[in-house]
Amino acid sequence: MEITLSPLSPSISKTFYSSLHELKDGERIRKCLQCGTCSGVCPFGYYMKYPPGKIIGTLRAGVFDLVTKTDSIWMCVSCSACSAFCPTQIPITQALMTRVKEEMILAGSVPAELQTAFKNSQQYGNPLGESPRKRADWATGIQPEVNILGKTKQPVDVLWFVGDYASYHPRMIPVTKSFAKILNVLGIKFGILGPEESSDGDSQRLAGERGIFEMLAKKNGQAFKKYQFREIITTDPHAYNALKNEYPALGISYPVRHFTEFLFERLDQIKPLLKKEVKTKIAYHDPCYLGRVNGIYDAPREILKSIPGVELVEMAHQFSNSLCCGGGGGGMWLDGFQWERAHVRLSEWRVKEALECGADLLAVACPYEPPRFEDATKTVPNANQLKVREIAELLAESMDL
Amino acid sequence: MKIAVPIKFVPDLVEELNIDSSGAALDTSWLRLIINEFDDHAIEQAILLKERGGAEVTIICAEGDGVDDILFNAAAKGADQLVKLMGSDAAMMNSHATARVLADFFKEIQPDLILTGVQAHNDLDGSVGALLAEYLGMPYVGYVAGVTAASGSVIARKEYPGGIIGEMEVKLPAVLGIQAAEQPPRYVAYSKINQVSKTVKIEERAISDLDSSGGATVGRMFKPEPAQRAEIIEGSPEEVADRMVGIFKELGVM
Ligand code: SF4
Ligand code: SF4
Repeated sequence: MEITLSPLSPSISKTFYSSLHELKDGERIRKCLQCGTCSGVCPFGYYMKYPPGKIIGTLRAGVFDLVTKTDSIWMCVSCSACSAFCPTQIPITQALMTRVKEEMILAGSVPAELQTAFKNSQQYGNPLGESPRKRADWATGIQPEVNILGKTKQPVDVLWFVGDYASYHPRMIPVTKSFAKILNVLGIKFGILGPEESSDGDSQRLAGERGIFEMLAKKNGQAFKKYQFREIITTDPHAYNALKNEYPALGISYPVRHFTEFLFERLDQIKPLLKKEVKTKIAYHDPCYLGRVNGIYDAPREILKSIPGVELVEMAHQFSNSLCCGGGGGGMWLDGFQWERAHVRLSEWRVKEALECGADLLAVACPYEPPRFEDATKTVPNANQLKVREIAELLAESMDL
Repeated sequence: MKIAVPIKFVPDLVEELNIDSSGAALDTSWLRLIINEFDDHAIEQAILLKERGGAEVTIICAEGDGVDDILFNAAAKGADQLVKLMGSDAAMMNSHATARVLADFFKEIQPDLILTGVQAHNDLDGSVGALLAEYLGMPYVGYVAGVTAASGSVIARKEYPGGIIGEMEVKLPAVLGIQAAEQPPRYVAYSKINQVSKTVKIEERAISDLDSSGGATVGRMFKPEPAQRAEIIEGSPEEVADRMVGIFKELGVM
């Protein structure tokens, strides 16, 4: 567990502590009660040698290097549960955990798996290391054809920011196609950036690589500027979070909505199209950066309820108390690292919760989740009957697209 | 100790490779280039030597897309000098031409140790390291996976088949072909590379004439062609799996 910092390591404790106070609401860190609520709600709190409250303790005692000598910080999946429940409202995830990760990266202590995702993001504009030229390949065969703005240069109403996993991950491509078909059926004039789209960078930012985040954001900002559209919609909660809460500070400011908000607004138009019954008991998983961080809980549930035959049930952790799928904050790229240490996967925990509440389908609204949860259904005993579906997939099924 | 690390770029296999109309070379219009992996290890090994015993590290690369970024990346890791060779005609730059250009440069800057990637996947026309050593009259050891500095010499660790490791003392100046550094190439925060790119200068050196003689000429370049008995199974994963099960049954192995 001990790792040594390279000589690049800055002299940390004091300068680091005061730098935190300069962040938005960062001065609240002074008010930490050392109550331990953060480590209690943290899904990996029991495992971390230094959960948030303890890190603050080391900062106060001037012994923060104890923290940087361990790799405890890489268990943080940036789920924001600590920030939501801290009684003194310290923005723990943003102003502490992310900053500690940044410091570790500057000092050169980065788990190998994470390095690969960072290098790929730098080189190809996506963490998966796929060819940027193939970013719109998923759209092949969709009719009417998906409008790639660089090719058609037509003004559109909606710019759909597709995102990394939705563009490339083999489990997500059918979901992405489903959403394109839904937009077509609804008669939405939309376009995508295709090869000109880069990763939104949110997860890289939360994993401590702010430099890459800014580089990617600037690239996206330049691409946005070239085209005419009224708003951005996205199927990716991290892209949504970045566009809504992080890009404006970099001068990139556009109205943005998650696709569930966009569809919720059109529910009257959608309902008559939902012809096929989907007879199933559905548990909906709130993605951290849609629910807890951005307060969108109802739109996805209302959409699900409008599908004929669907009965919605709730898992033990729900709404602001939802449990992370384990993919955030770099977790997507630290699977082996975290498994080696904790021997649990948050996705497996979540799948167990879905089974316990009697669901036979776990509905999700984030592109990290179908592959994560589906893998978990293969390893959790008696979970192989549990289906995992993205909301767009369920809608397309009921619309018979 | 003065260490020089000549590096080169190779086609990135993330993009599909196409053959141009001449039928003897890759179509460069679709090519994406990245640093040769072995050269990346050579940089890491040089930085490790610098950290352990002090050294002045110079990285040299022929001009091209993305070269500045890689040079700045090396500087952020700890390289001291960055040199870009200008006027290098990609078509002419085989290992022989590269080695001749580098030899001229090294005669001038006189490094004690030259580390280069032992090979590259795009050009199996003899490695630059061995050619360089010949032109400079220096000793050469290839497939090195670890280097320790001694006085006036280095100890090069080399792996042999069967798990045998040899250590040999090499008198300086010398050229080593690096197969792997002692640790994987380190990660540098993007902000650091950015910072370096604003403060560190890349020295540009013009190269006059290229002599690529002695190299192999490509007669024909082509994608692997299925031999007559090979059957390429196409279709969805399910269809392919079905067909394979069928074949296994026909062959009586299932
Ligand atoms: S929950 Fe807030 S106040 Fe309590 S220990 Fe954690 S950071 Fe401090
Ligand atoms: S963001 Fe989530 S994983 Fe990170 S410390 Fe807070 S509760 Fe734990």
